Amino acid sequence: MPETSLRALPKSDFDFWAAHHLLARAGFGGTPDQVRALSQLGLDDAVDYIVEYEGLPQPDADASSFRADIMRPATPEEAAQLRDARRAGDEVTLEKYRQMRQARQRTDRAQIADARKWWLERMIETPRPLEEKMTLFWHGHFATGYRAIEDSWHMLMQNQMFRENATGNFASLLSGAIRDPAMLRYLNNNQNRRQRPNENLARELMELFSLGEGNDYTEQDIKEGARALTGYTYSDDTFVFNERNHDSETKSILGRTGRFDGDDFVQIILSRRSCSEFICLKLYRFFVNDAPTVPDKEQSRFIANLAKKFRASRYELKPVLKALFRSQHFYDQAHRAAVVKSPTQLTVQVIRTLQTPTRELDALTSAGALMGQNLFEPPSVKGWDGGRSWINTSTLFVRQNLAVYLLTGKRPDIYDWQLSPDKYEPNHLLAHLQRNTRGQVEPQEALPYLCRFLLGTTPHPTRIASLTEFTNTHGGRVDGDRLLGVLCLITSMPEYQLC
Amino acid sequence: MPNQDPNAYSRRLFLQQGVTLASLASTVPWFIERSAASVMHPLGSAVSSLAGVPEDRVLVVVQLGGGNDGLNTVVPYFSDDYRRARPRIGIGAPGENNTSAGQALQLDADAGLGLHPNLTGLKELHDEGMLSIVQGTGYPNPNRSHFTSMDIWQTATHDAKGNGWLGRYFDNQCNGTPIPEASISIGRTAPRALIGSVQKPVSFESEQLFRWLGQDLHTSMKDPYDQINRMGMPEDVAAETQASFLMRTALDAQVSSDRIRAAVRRDPLVNYPGNNNLAQQLRMVAAMVRDGLSTRVYYVTLGGFDTHANQLNSHGNKMRLFGDALRIFYKDLKAQGNDSRVLTMVFSEFGRRVKENASGGTDHGTAAPMFLAGPMVRPGVLGQHPSLTSLDSGDLKFTVDFRSIYTAVLEDWMQTPSKDVLGASFPKAKVLI
Repeated sequence: MPETSLRALPKSDFDFWAAHHLLARAGFGGTPDQVRALSQLGLDDAVDYIVEYEGLPQPDADASSFRADIMRPATPEEAAQLRDARRAGDEVTLEKYRQMRQARQRTDRAQIADARKWWLERMIETPRPLEEKMTLFWHGHFATGYRAIEDSWHMLMQNQMFRENATGNFASLLSGAIRDPAMLRYLNNNQNRRQRPNENLARELMELFSLGEGNDYTEQDIKEGARALTGYTYSDDTFVFNERNHDSETKSILGRTGRFDGDDFVQIILSRRSCSEFICLKLYRFFVNDAPTVPDKEQSRFIANLAKKFRASRYELKPVLKALFRSQHFYDQAHRAAVVKSPTQLTVQVIRTLQTPTRELDALTSAGALMGQNLFEPPSVKGWDGGRSWINTSTLFVRQNLAVYLLTGKRPDIYDWQLSPDKYEPNHLLAHLQRNTRGQVEPQEALPYLCRFLLGTTPHPTRIASLTEFTNTHGGRVDGDRLLGVLCLITSMPEYQLC
Repeated sequence: MPNQDPNAYSRRLFLQQGVTLASLASTVPWFIERSAASVMHPLGSAVSSLAGVPEDRVLVVVQLGGGNDGLNTVVPYFSDDYRRARPRIGIGAPGENNTSAGQALQLDADAGLGLHPNLTGLKELHDEGMLSIVQGTGYPNPNRSHFTSMDIWQTATHDAKGNGWLGRYFDNQCNGTPIPEASISIGRTAPRALIGSVQKPVSFESEQLFRWLGQDLHTSMKDPYDQINRMGMPEDVAAETQASFLMRTALDAQVSSDRIRAAVRRDPLVNYPGNNNLAQQLRMVAAMVRDGLSTRVYYVTLGGFDTHANQLNSHGNKMRLFGDALRIFYKDLKAQGNDSRVLTMVFSEFGRRVKENASGGTDHGTAAPMFLAGPMVRPGVLGQHPSLTSLDSGDLKFTVDFRSIYTAVLEDWMQTPSKDVLGASFPKAKVLI
C-alpha cells in the first residue's frame, strides 16, 4: 500500500498539460510535438522515459579538447630550479616563472569559459534532460567555485562525477565529494592534518551537504568529524589518502565511537533519518515548489514519505524521483508554474521549447552571470539560494531581454554580443491548430494556446487582452514577425519566469 | 522551508498602521508604499523613504580593481628605502628633477608624503579639505589572490564567506522586504558587497539596458508590454503566490527604469570628461543623487590596476582617470548643493609589493591607502605609514584594519550599529568630522 501522500496521478489525468509540466520540471521543457509524444506514452512510461535515460544517446557536445595539465603542479626539476632561484635571489628566473604561471592562469580561465559554454550546450542538446538537470542540482548542492580553486580541469572532473551519479546513489555522491580534488581544495581539506585539523569540510559535509544547518549535529561532531577527514587530500588530479596526516585515534561522531575515517563519517551521516529528509526537502524545492513558505501539512507529509522511500532504497535516487514524478501531488494545480526558473533553466527552456537558434553561447553564459547564475561559480559553498532570490528589478530586465535576443537575434549595442543572423521561424508552434479558409490560425485560438504553452498554466484574462490588442494592430494575424512579436510579449510576462 | 515571505513586512506594516493604505497595496510598487508609510511616520526630511536610514545621506563606493599600487599613489618620497626598492618606477620628491617617474605633488612636507603626479584632481580635493587619506589599510593574514582578497574586502570577513557587508546592512534595515533602488551599482555584474540575503542591488552598465529592448522592434510593442508589466498585482491573483511576487517586482522594475533613465538623461551642471569611464559612471551617480532617488549606496568600479609590467604609463593613466573623476564629481555635487550629502569611499583589494619587479611593474602586495572624500571627512593624511623596512614577505604590514573604516562609515555616516553588520566590534577610525 503506497502512502496516500505519494499516491500516483490517475492515469487518465496524464494529459498534454501534465506531460508539459513533467518535461518542464524534470527537464527544460519541450516543443508541442515532444510534449504530445510524452503524453501519449502514458504516465508510467513517460516517467520511465525521463528517469531511465541510460538507453538514450549522449549529447554531441565534445569535451575532448579540454586539457588536464594547464594547472599541473611543478615538475621536480622546476621545483628545484625555483627553490634555487629563491635562495639566490635570482630575479630573472623568478620573473620567468611568475610569467609562466600567469600565462597558465590565463589559459585556464579561457578553459573554464569554454567549459561553461560546453555544459550549457549540453543542456540545450541532450536527449537526457534529467541527467543534466540533476547534474545542475548537485552542482548547486555540492557547490564549488572555480575562482577559489583556479583549476578548470578539476571543475570538469567534478562535473563529470555529478553527471555519472546524477540519478544514482546519494551515498556515492557524498563519498565522491570527500574524494573530489575540487571540493577538497575548495573546503581546505588538503590542509586538514592530524596535527592541525581544519574543520571546513566536516562542517559543510553536515551543514550543507547532508543534515541541514544546525540540524541533528553539534559543534563537537564537527570537530570529531574533521579528525576523521584528516589526511583526505589530493595530488595533481587524484585523490590521496595521506596516512601520515590521518588521525587514526578514536572519535565520537553523532553518538557513535570508533577509529573512524572519512568514509565511516559518511556512513554515520547516512544512517541519520535527517539526512534523507534534508535531501528530499531540497529535491522538493527544486522540482515541486520553491515558494518561500513553510511547508504545509500535506507538503511535509509528502516530503517525509519521499524520505522514507529514500531510506528504504538505501539512498538510490531513481525510486524517489519516479515516485515524485508520478505523484498526484506533483501534478496538483497548486504546484503548476510554482517554481522560479533558474537563469540556466530560463535560457535552455526558451531554446528547447521554442526551438530558437542557440545564437552565441558567449552571450548566453554572460547573460547567465548577469542573471546571477555563473556556472562553475556559485556565490558560496551554499550554492544558489534559488526561488525568489533570482528575481529583482535588474535581473528581470535581463531575463526579458535574453528572450528577445534568442527570438530575434537582436541585441543591445553595448553588450559585446555578436549579432546573430539566424532567422527564427516559429510557425511550427501553431502547426497543430486549425487553419481558417485563408490558411491562417485565428488569434482567439492561437493566443490562449501560446500563452498557456509558454506559461505552463492558464493565463490571467488580461494577458490575452493585451496580446489581442497587439495582433489587432496587425490585421488580426498571428504569423511571421507578428508571431515573433507575440512571443516577445509572452516571454516578457512576469509569470513567464515561472515553470 | 524558511519563512521569508517578502510580502510579510508590508502586510504587517499595513495591519499596524490601519487600513488607509490597504487599498493601494496591490497596485503600487513597494517603495511608493514606503513613501506613503513615511508620511504617516515622518522621519525628518521629505526625501526619506527608508525606515532606519538616516535622511538624504549617500555613500558612494569606488572600487579600484586589480590591486592599486598604494606606494605610487601616496608616495613616501622621503624614504631612501622607497627609492632603493623602486629604482625605475619610484616617484621623486616635489621639485626633484632627475627621476624618470616624475615628481610627487606635495601632500605633507613634514612627513615627506606626496601624491602621484597625475592626481591633480585629488590634490585639489585635498587642498579644499575634502579628502581624507587613510594610510596602511589592510587586514590580518593578507591574501594575495585578487578574488579572495576582493571577497574579503567586500564581505568584510576574514574567510571571504557570506553576503556583502552593505548587503547585510540593508538586510538589517529592510525587515525582510527588499527595498527597491536602495543600492545601485554601475557595471555589468553586481558587486558582492551589495548582495544580501534579501536585498540585492539594481545594477546596470548603461541606463539604456535597464529597460525592455523588445519595444525597439516595433512601435506596436510598447503598449501591450506596459499593460503586461505595469499592471502590478491584480485583485484576483492571490497575494502570496509566486505570480503575484513577480507581478509586483515587474512593476517595480518599470518604475525604477523610468526614474533612473529620466534622471540620467538630464544634462549635468558641469562638464564631465568623455574619455574617462569612472567619471562617466560618477556622472550617472550624481544625476541620480540630484534627482532625489531614495538610493543610499552607489557602487562604481575602475579596473586595470593589476600592473605587473611596465607600469609607469598604465598606472599613471589610471591615476589621472581616478583623480579627475573624483574631482569633477564633487564639482557637480557642489553645483547641485548636494556635496554635503555624499560621502565617497575608495578602496582596492590590495596594494603592491614594495620592491619593483624585473619587468618594471609590481606584484601583488598587501596594505595600501584608502580615500574618503566629501566635506564631512576629517581632511588630511591619517594613520601611520607602514614601515618600509619591517616587511611581511616583502609586503607592507597594515596599520589600520579596513573594517575600522567600515565601522566609521556605518556608525558616523549611516548611523547604524556596526557590530550588527560586521559581526564584531572594530575600533572606529576617526575619519569623519
